[in-house]
Amino acid sequence: MKASTRRIWGMMYRHLALYRRSWPRLLELAYWPVLQMCIWGFTASYLAARMGNPVAVAAGALLGGVLLWEVALRSQMGVAIGFLEELWSRNLGHVFVSPLRPWELVAALIGMSMIRMLVGVVPAILLAWALYAYNLFALGPILVLFFANLMIMGWWVALGVVSLILRHGAGAEALAWSVLFGLTPFSAVFYPVAVLPAALRPVALALPSAHVFEGMRAVLLHNEIAWNHMAWAVGLNVAWTLAAALVFARQFRAARVRGALLSIGE
Amino acid sequence: MAPNPIATNPNAITVEHLSKRYGTTLAVDDISFTVPAGATLGLLGGNGAGKTTTIALLLGILIPTTGSLHVLGHDMARDRFAALARMNFSSPYVALPSRLSVAENLRVYGHLYDVPHIGQRIAELSRELDLDEFLHRPAGQLSAGQKTRVALAKALINRPDVLLLDEPTASLDPDTGDWVRGVMERYRAESGCTILLASHNMDEVERLCDNVVMLKRGRIVDQGSPAELLVRYGREDMVEVFLDIARDRRQAAEAAL
Repeated sequence: MKASTRRIWGMMYRHLALYRRSWPRLLELAYWPVLQMCIWGFTASYLAARMGNPVAVAAGALLGGVLLWEVALRSQMGVAIGFLEELWSRNLGHVFVSPLRPWELVAALIGMSMIRMLVGVVPAILLAWALYAYNLFALGPILVLFFANLMIMGWWVALGVVSLILRHGAGAEALAWSVLFGLTPFSAVFYPVAVLPAALRPVALALPSAHVFEGMRAVLLHNEIAWNHMAWAVGLNVAWTLAAALVFARQFRAARVRGALLSIGE
Repeated sequence: MAPNPIATNPNAITVEHLSKRYGTTLAVDDISFTVPAGATLGLLGGNGAGKTTTIALLLGILIPTTGSLHVLGHDMARDRFAALARMNFSSPYVALPSRLSVAENLRVYGHLYDVPHIGQRIAELSRELDLDEFLHRPAGQLSAGQKTRVALAKALINRPDVLLLDEPTASLDPDTGDWVRGVMERYRAESGCTILLASHNMDEVERLCDNVVMLKRGRIVDQGSPAELLVRYGREDMVEVFLDIARDRRQAAEAAL
């Protein structure tokens, strides 16, 4: 194994060991997505039963939105909370004086975030299928692109959060849980971008998530793949990832100038 | 036995005109010193003298305001990762993840330092540092003495050529402190490792250090071997030398000689 791969694996092993020792931690990963699925699934079932087929289609879009938005949420939290774990355990001082490169730490956090996301979201997807006969995989192969774009969006948002923690210390911790909820109204998860006031539409269209959910509705409602939205989602993710990586690199260096890496958790 | 880490450059650590400023505070003020390969240098000074800042600068976790640092021939501003792979660090003020067992923690750092045959290395360290009894216990459930042993095991996991120790025996009872000093002496003798030791324990300094740098308000105020300093200040132990320097009594000491 290459030295770099070993360092990335070492950091992933550190987080996996935590889960191996604590089943409540593992349970917590799936708890919220499953709860969301139950609340929205029963709501959608009730509305569909009362109001007939058109609402049933909309209910499908609602469930798809809930499940896919969890992909972005879990991916973002996976990276941000992984970084916070180092901060809480006062371990950053050891980690950053080892040969581990900052990008390797980010790669390890992304690897862990993928595992956390799958552990969290797959049970919710299976539950939707068992309880409401809602099969997310019926969206077809395009689902892979939806997943990938939402995961990447979660990662660059998390990189932004980590940068804020590096800049402002533990005071910015709460953003690890809340920041993506703030983007939900603009992400067109449950309604099209067209519903938003004209002034807010550019904000929504600057987010890859809005394009993913427009794409999801195109498949569900019109049975077509909106490649233009997919292209926008990929392009925006590339641009935002580059911007977030730049901000992270600058804040990491600034933290080394200020000595924040040793005192950030205090 | 590991060979001497540097064949071409006799100094394992070279610090030149190093300064670190935080806003209006000058934490380290234009210090220069070298540590020959295989030697142990004591970094002494009161609280806030700049010892920990100097160690953080040497580890690259802090960027200097001015000056340069070379460790094992590598410029820490440009090539710090090459040096970090051959260095290690221990401090009671930096913890290891408390929910991971001792063995898991050592395995993590074994991977980070690309240590071959990690399991074998952990077994060796466990034997040498007497970790067997709590190897599979969470690090957070250990006593201060046990934590120090684990921190030392982590610091030795990659058989470092340069070891930076920030108050390694702080808050330890005399017996455990003495045991830790014995481990450091043994490792240095076996490996030819260069050690930079920040300490407030003057017995430790006299026992381990070939040379001492005395810091005060970020500046080097004196340096030399413990024996030289004892003669220079006309004192019988390093505690008195430390107090003379801390209280600006060198002139008085000189007058008394």
